[in-house]
Amino acid sequence: MTSSNFTNVNRRGFLKTSAATAVGLLLGFAIPEKNQLDAQFPPPPAFLPNAFIHIGTDESVTIISPKSEMGQGPTTALSQILADELDADWSRVRVELAPVNPQLYGFQGVVGSMSIRTLWTPLRQVGADARAMLVTAASNQWSVPASSLKTEKGFVINPANNQRLSYGSLAEAANKLPVPKGVKVKDPKDFKIIGKPLARLDTKAKSTGKQNFGIDARPAGLVYASLVRCPVFGGKVASFDATKTKAVAGVKDVVQISNGVAVIADNTWAATQGRKVLDVKWNEGPNAMQSSAAITKMFTELVSQPAGKSARKDGDAAAALAKASKKIEAVYEAPFQSHAPMEPMNCTAHVRADGCDVWAPTQMQTAAREVAAQVAGLKPEQVLIHSEYMGGGFGRRGSVDYVAEVVEIAKAVKVPVKLTWTREDDMQHDQYRPAAMVKFTAALDANGLPAAVEAKVATPPYGFEGPGGPGTAVVGLQDTLYTIPNYLVAYQGGEAGIPVTYWRAPGASQNTFFWECFVDEMALAAGKNPLEYRQAMLKNSPRLLATLNLAAEKANWGKAPAGRFQGIATLNHVGSFASMVAEISVIDGKTGGKLKVHKLTCAMDCGHVVNPKILEQQIEGGAVYGLTAALKGAITIDRGRVVQANFNNYDMLRIDEMPQFDIHVIPSTEAPGGTGESTTPLSAPAIANAIFAATGKRLRKLPLRNQDLA
Amino acid sequence: MATTRFTLNGKPQSVDAVPEMPLLWVLRDVLQMTGTKFGCGMAMCGACTVHLNGDAVRSCITTIASVAGKTITTIEGLGGDHPVQQAWMEGDVPQCGYCQSGQIMTATALLAKKSNPSDVDIDEAMRGNICRCGTYNHIRSAIHRAASIKGGKA
Repeated sequence: MTSSNFTNVNRRGFLKTSAATAVGLLLGFAIPEKNQLDAQFPPPPAFLPNAFIHIGTDESVTIISPKSEMGQGPTTALSQILADELDADWSRVRVELAPVNPQLYGFQGVVGSMSIRTLWTPLRQVGADARAMLVTAASNQWSVPASSLKTEKGFVINPANNQRLSYGSLAEAANKLPVPKGVKVKDPKDFKIIGKPLARLDTKAKSTGKQNFGIDARPAGLVYASLVRCPVFGGKVASFDATKTKAVAGVKDVVQISNGVAVIADNTWAATQGRKVLDVKWNEGPNAMQSSAAITKMFTELVSQPAGKSARKDGDAAAALAKASKKIEAVYEAPFQSHAPMEPMNCTAHVRADGCDVWAPTQMQTAAREVAAQVAGLKPEQVLIHSEYMGGGFGRRGSVDYVAEVVEIAKAVKVPVKLTWTREDDMQHDQYRPAAMVKFTAALDANGLPAAVEAKVATPPYGFEGPGGPGTAVVGLQDTLYTIPNYLVAYQGGEAGIPVTYWRAPGASQNTFFWECFVDEMALAAGKNPLEYRQAMLKNSPRLLATLNLAAEKANWGKAPAGRFQGIATLNHVGSFASMVAEISVIDGKTGGKLKVHKLTCAMDCGHVVNPKILEQQIEGGAVYGLTAALKGAITIDRGRVVQANFNNYDMLRIDEMPQFDIHVIPSTEAPGGTGESTTPLSAPAIANAIFAATGKRLRKLPLRNQDLA
Repeated sequence: MATTRFTLNGKPQSVDAVPEMPLLWVLRDVLQMTGTKFGCGMAMCGACTVHLNGDAVRSCITTIASVAGKTITTIEGLGGDHPVQQAWMEGDVPQCGYCQSGQIMTATALLAKKSNPSDVDIDEAMRGNICRCGTYNHIRSAIHRAASIKGGKA
């Protein structure tokens, strides 16, 4: 690019000095949706146009995305928001990932489907401010009032004489102006780029093999590492003998770190070969006898105990249940799940005495910088995080364990080093979607609607704190929109010694299976149609009700073709409203049935849509992620270690099992909601409810297996 | 260490590597061609797919010794405007994009053998390639679209 930046100083220099220049230019904003995540993830203290937009003299418009890309599309969608308010020429827009800089960007992470919903308002303002500065620069040059000028596709235009000045020619002058106050953003009816199904900015690179991911980082002088960790969670190295390893061609070094023993080599394959013959003795620690059976037994005991800490308490469920003549009870269970992104965990680091570079495919840039500084023994300002594109994340890359590991190795070897996890490492040293069990007890009123429901949740604790303990344990139950006069959600505990973390739609992904299936059980007990039963409980939630009705209408609810059966599920999650109808068939077989998922009809209200094409990708992709977990996955524990190791025994949904999708989005001018996780929880309950319709079998345990369908 | 000679993306290539080293790691770590991706190391996911004499193979289990004298094509060798790549871009197929090099290599090998594949043909050829973002339906449409581009029906 033959250009000066919008800022008139080079970008690296600007980013380094910006904290000082930010004084007096604070453009504060409020996160549109207040929830428990806010406190943990502070917004940027300031929104400076030149931190987000660089205009080159060649008319290129570079958007600096504070959010990283794992396929969910924020680099394109956030660019659309900025470019529209800026009136940029979209064909000249490209995007770069921002380095970590809390002064400029606040919390940088891609979790909780938050990118669009937290940056929608502030980035519109940034784009509008930058546009105003370009208009002022033109008005100064022409000596005409700024109010008489308009902008279009990268030009400021004077309608009086049709004179035009390009943004590239104005950028330097604009940069010398103060950031204006009180600039109005566009009326949504004037949007030209927001709301359009534009091609993603990363499609070309990703269709030609040119997109670099974290695993492709290759700084000069790079060496390659493979790390052997204790197969039992929490275990430590007792001793090791590297004699055979050091004899393997290409192996350069063997170093012990806190989490295991690393083999350093000329290439990844030599490192893994050296590791195969490494003789390590382990202290397996207190989890050495843990098993899935023991965890299920613990959960069963926990949900049988009296209700623990209340996560939600409406009315008095205990009293209402005590006097009920007839109660409905059910226990649901879900196993641990691995994230299994296609790009295994990896990270590259170069630690020097005075600084550290980290090439990190991470969902949590801020945390990556902090942990790298801590492990390297440096200040956070001395760590440069190169945000890398991710080959999927799904919550796994919200943890920074793999960053800490490579920085510790890099500190020892003193040259740039890339740590690549094998698939087996990735699957057996994941931080999993927690196993969980919920016991429901309900009593129905004279109309068959729930008079009281008690839900007791047993699952390992992790993540943000909610009213009754870990918020992640009860998401999907605690925040249900159904009207139930006496409703109790209680957290019973469930620590299992297995590392767990966020997994696409954390908490909701399993709790929605439990809850939406139990709602069908209540409907059955009441003799009601599952759709009408939900409609009756959602009278006060018009947006969710509208998606329910739309999904039912588009799926021809109740009129499935011969041999096919339907199930329905609905959820308000990450600020969006979504419902799904699954259409399935079950063929009788000798060892059970054979389930085929034919079609998933999804209806979504996520407020204002930035890019309908990316939205569809997220609705469909999110549902497929949930579908895979519903049909395929179970991570099981034996002797404190994970049994599954690779895709041969932890398989993924494949193209021949893919259902047809029918997606309907309700037009809305409400603030945008999140979408990446909104449909993931719906696949399992919609399908399980359809299985009941087909077979009369109520499956209360994931995954939904063919052998249970006979 | 031994020298292996083969044709890579139309040009002669020689590599010094231990004979058992998989082609995947030769491409990625020795030749610095990172368009071919590592996914599982046991031919279960298809992320590392390349063409060996025109057939789609998993480079993670293909030793460098076994490609001596043969012709290898990687994603870098497709040229960027192959009908399959055109269709992938038109259909905005990739999300995270990590599996797509392998998906595209499998799809191009399929189309070279069957100019107008049926859905069943696509299922058979593509079921070895995992996509965790759920782009399968878009992959299927793009393969049909690539078949029409290739057949001059664009």
